[in-house]
Amino acid sequence: MNADQARSVLRTMWRIRAFEERVGRLKRSDEVHGLIHLSIGGEGVAAAVCGQLRDNDVVYSGHRAHGHVLAKGAPMPETMAELMGREGGLCRGMGGSMHLVDVAHGMLGATGVVGGTVPAALGSALAARMRGEDTVSVVFFGDGAVQAGTFAESVNLAALWRLPVVLVCENNGFAEFSPRSAHTPVERVSDLVAPWGIPAATVDGNDAVAVWEEFGRLLAGVRAGEGPALLEALTHRLRGHYEGDPDRYRVAVAAEEWQERDPVLRLERTGLERGWFDADEAKAVREAAHAEVEDAVAWARESPWPTPELASSLVYGS
Amino acid sequence: MRTTYAKAVGRALAEAMRADERVLVIGEDVSAGGPFTITSGLVEEFGVDRVRDTPISEAAITGIATGAAQSGLRPVLEIMYIDFLTLALDQLVNTAAKARFMSGGQLSVPMVLRTQGGAGQRAGAQHSQSLESWLCHVPGLKVVMPSRAVDAAGLLAGAIADPDPVVVVENKTLYFRTEEVPDAVAPAPIGRAAVLRPGRDVTVVALSRMVHEALAAADELAREGIEVEVIDPRTLVPLDLDTITDSVARTNHLVVAHEAVGAGGFGAEVAAAAGHAAFDDLDAPVERVAAPFQPIPVSPGLEDAYLPGAADVRAAVLAVLNRSAP
Repeated sequence: MNADQARSVLRTMWRIRAFEERVGRLKRSDEVHGLIHLSIGGEGVAAAVCGQLRDNDVVYSGHRAHGHVLAKGAPMPETMAELMGREGGLCRGMGGSMHLVDVAHGMLGATGVVGGTVPAALGSALAARMRGEDTVSVVFFGDGAVQAGTFAESVNLAALWRLPVVLVCENNGFAEFSPRSAHTPVERVSDLVAPWGIPAATVDGNDAVAVWEEFGRLLAGVRAGEGPALLEALTHRLRGHYEGDPDRYRVAVAAEEWQERDPVLRLERTGLERGWFDADEAKAVREAAHAEVEDAVAWARESPWPTPELASSLVYGS
Repeated sequence: MRTTYAKAVGRALAEAMRADERVLVIGEDVSAGGPFTITSGLVEEFGVDRVRDTPISEAAITGIATGAAQSGLRPVLEIMYIDFLTLALDQLVNTAAKARFMSGGQLSVPMVLRTQGGAGQRAGAQHSQSLESWLCHVPGLKVVMPSRAVDAAGLLAGAIADPDPVVVVENKTLYFRTEEVPDAVAPAPIGRAAVLRPGRDVTVVALSRMVHEALAAADELAREGIEVEVIDPRTLVPLDLDTITDSVARTNHLVVAHEAVGAGGFGAEVAAAAGHAAFDDLDAPVERVAAPFQPIPVSPGLEDAYLPGAADVRAAVLAVLNRSAP
């Protein structure tokens, strides 16, 4: 990672952090709707992965998708408007938090069904390969999705067909309300793909620099046509499973300890130490992110509500 | 030309693949032709990339076809038996069917899912079902169910050209019937019923194999002076209700016949929709012909008794006429 890349990743991380914190408040005031899953604490993975992709590389995500969507390049006002159910939203208010799509920036799907987008990412990779393109597919999913049948089926098919897809597991140690140990005796997701010969690595997801380097290494192989790869990023979900989750099942991380681990603050410290940016620049990035979110909220609030006629017109293409 | 339903489907696939390089066939054993020889010969012409064998992973291959369609291909996915569609329903129902709607129209899934159902081959309760009504309950899917070779080819071509996910439900007992099919089959419009036999006394709306049973019953009833009009909806979603109600306006009697069990079956939808739209035209309640509400038995005598056929259609026609007799 160089200074330009670090500044870009830091900017993306602050944009996600500011967005997610604001969405959490908007949920409490009932301005965003439905089941809201925040990625606070996981910004480093989204930013360091999507920061190395092209617009025409494809990304799929799961139910905790806001960060991936923003990192892939979706405009923040339209993303916010989508969470608010407005017609100006990315999906004209038809998708909401768990179903964000932004085709213009290669964000082709998020899902409320755990593990549901993993095969679709393989399908997009197959389409790219059959056209002779060197674009790749990336699919983000949590460690809970690894126990779903589609994951095993997809790993096998991706390896069998040597598809240009990177499987990115954000392992936050919890599948909904249950710790990983309650669901599987396998500790490391990256261990699961060895029999298929898929290159895999586990990385500290709180360290955006480490994610950048490890993902970049795997991405190069996938783009060169060497077949799929898997990156497991160990993250921490600072919030409950969804906004409103009483979250009584986890041991809270002490505030001081989190200050050490917080991926945004950590990249700031690293950047200052290495001279990638100075404190004023970091502060400016942070403030710009918060201002951008306020602008996005104001824009989204002005967006009209979608009509039933619009909804019924979007079921079929002909 | 004289050909079979199976060969007509295979020929339609080959023509679509020749016309459009985005079309590919995906499924279990497709390069070998599958258990019913439908895709035989395709791999020799189009190669293993476009006639793509898969492992027995129905969920993943349905998701792969969905993603490939979203990214510009025109996959024709084969799920070998409709009974195995159970394994693929999450991808079909939660992803493919809703992609256009949930993305606000950004995505489309021009994918065809071919499968086949139906009993009659002693294949048992897990290889013989008629599950089409499940699919008709999902907004975003189109469902076609051809009964004749010409429609199997024409509707498949129409489905491949369609911008939405279309499920084509074929019937295993129809595959090897020999029928007359034009040398060049035009794509059939999705959503248009066919009146296969005109008649003035009773309208019979029949699906898939039951179309042939209804035609046989109509021949027999004609000898007794009862003229039955047989309608094949061909497309279940969207349903061509107008053709049905136009017929009922003339016959004043309606029978609906399918091989699926009656409860929650597609016949209930036709009966309710036609009963509402054509209430003033009906002289008697709609009669339904369907299978009993039980899993499909293997034992020959039991399966034969289980399957609805021409005799059941004939009985329903007579019942609906008796009911309205002055």
